[in-house]
Amino acid sequence: MTSIGTGYDLSASTYSPDGRIFQVEYAAKAVENSGTAIGLRVKGGIVLAVEKLVHSKLLVPAANKRILTVDPHIGLATAGLQADGRHLANRARDEASNYRDQYKTNPPLKAIVDRLGLYVQAYTLYSSVRPFGISTILGAVDKDGPSLYVIEPSGVHYGYHGAAVGKGRQLAKTELEKLKLSDLSMREAVLEAARIIYVVHDDAKEKDFELEISWVGEETNGLHVLVPKDLLDEANAKAKAALETFE
Amino acid sequence: MDHFPTNWGRPRNDLSDAYGTFPLAQRPYNGGKDMFAEGVKHTQQPIVTGTSVLAIKYKDGIMMAADNLASYGSLARFKSIQRLHPVGKYTVIGAGGDMSDFQYIQSILDDTIIEEFAASDGHTLGPVEIHEYLSQIMYARRSKIDPLWNSLIVGGVKDGKRFLAYVDLLGTTYSASTIATGYGAFIAQPLLRKAVEGNENTLTEDAAMAILEESMRVLYYRDARSLDKYQLAKITADGITVSESRHLQTSWSFAEGIRGYGAQTQ
Repeated sequence: MTSIGTGYDLSASTYSPDGRIFQVEYAAKAVENSGTAIGLRVKGGIVLAVEKLVHSKLLVPAANKRILTVDPHIGLATAGLQADGRHLANRARDEASNYRDQYKTNPPLKAIVDRLGLYVQAYTLYSSVRPFGISTILGAVDKDGPSLYVIEPSGVHYGYHGAAVGKGRQLAKTELEKLKLSDLSMREAVLEAARIIYVVHDDAKEKDFELEISWVGEETNGLHVLVPKDLLDEANAKAKAALETFE
Repeated sequence: MDHFPTNWGRPRNDLSDAYGTFPLAQRPYNGGKDMFAEGVKHTQQPIVTGTSVLAIKYKDGIMMAADNLASYGSLARFKSIQRLHPVGKYTVIGAGGDMSDFQYIQSILDDTIIEEFAASDGHTLGPVEIHEYLSQIMYARRSKIDPLWNSLIVGGVKDGKRFLAYVDLLGTTYSASTIATGYGAFIAQPLLRKAVEGNENTLTEDAAMAILEESMRVLYYRDARSLDKYQLAKITADGITVSESRHLQTSWSFAEGIRGYGAQTQ
């Protein structure tokens, strides 16, 4: 063993003496460095919003999406390593397609989340791979109505009314708790989501960010799509205005 | 246990089809055998089949018609099968031939449309792309000597352009302003050409509907594998509409006077 460190964090296939797996905890740290992502489960559907930090002015606006579509009715937002997010989205698409082939019906989100949970967890078992550096919010409207889940790097997944992951998750959660989520309309939820992203954005540390919002539900005919430009502009404007009074 | 009813009580493997039980004129031997003795076997005939599909260009787009029957040989087995299938927002495919192969094609295309939607790159598949993709699939399968036993019509409207084309189990393709598959290629195609060719840009929706209804009626009189229940699909710039099932009015009183078939002696 080298002179520094205990050696228990060198692989995800070894426990520390007090029963922790350090590599999985480090993966959670990778998530904390990323812009916030939130999800709202409201009356008529789901709204996902992401604070996409823009580290260079040379980047094409609206490129490198962090909200992706898995299946026509399933959306996925990630916080953490972007490439891991895209990989997991591709896996989710495969799982959705496989479910549809087998059962000839739209995959319920719960089934997809269960399978993705197993997949993510498998990456905590072997010394040859690293755990996923992302927390994933999945939202859908399926046969049981709107549903919202979060998958952590360890593979655990829970259902939520409102979810927040990434850098500003603590503040975002307290803001989400103030809302009466089950009474919000989808449009109201879009405006609230935008406001929360603006509130949790830390101007001192990162200068610029881009707001990304998608929704699925009554307003979109059951399809997961990015919100239309006029609504996004309205959300941006109102969130900025609300921020002035908030501070 | 031999689960094949046509083999019950048959001491011989008759070569003549005394009971008219097509498509199994030569009955399979279902006893014990070496399953691999003859190597891999591929589809050599369709089993549950749909008959003709008709399609024409008209002023506002494309209109297609197909009846609701899926036959098992000469038996009218399924009478409420939809043979016109929308693919995405701009295209409808209609199929004759083997219905299980058609269902497989539907699932391939539906998966492709979902894949394209998930990519959310601002591109969508129109009838041109879907026809090209289908023709590649059909030709690849015929090249494996394991064809998908269908003749398909792909019709659609995208970016103001009408598109109507054909592809079949051999991978043969062509495009025309009127297309008919199966028995319809013999019976309905001349009627459609006479009515449509040269009038593609003036033909109204009502006129197009009337032409197709009349052709479906003629087919129902002539084609023993057809049904008097059919659906119309309309693809215009406004999108796709597949109608509810429609009933054909026919009159069979002339049949009284026919002599020489069936039970009459005089």
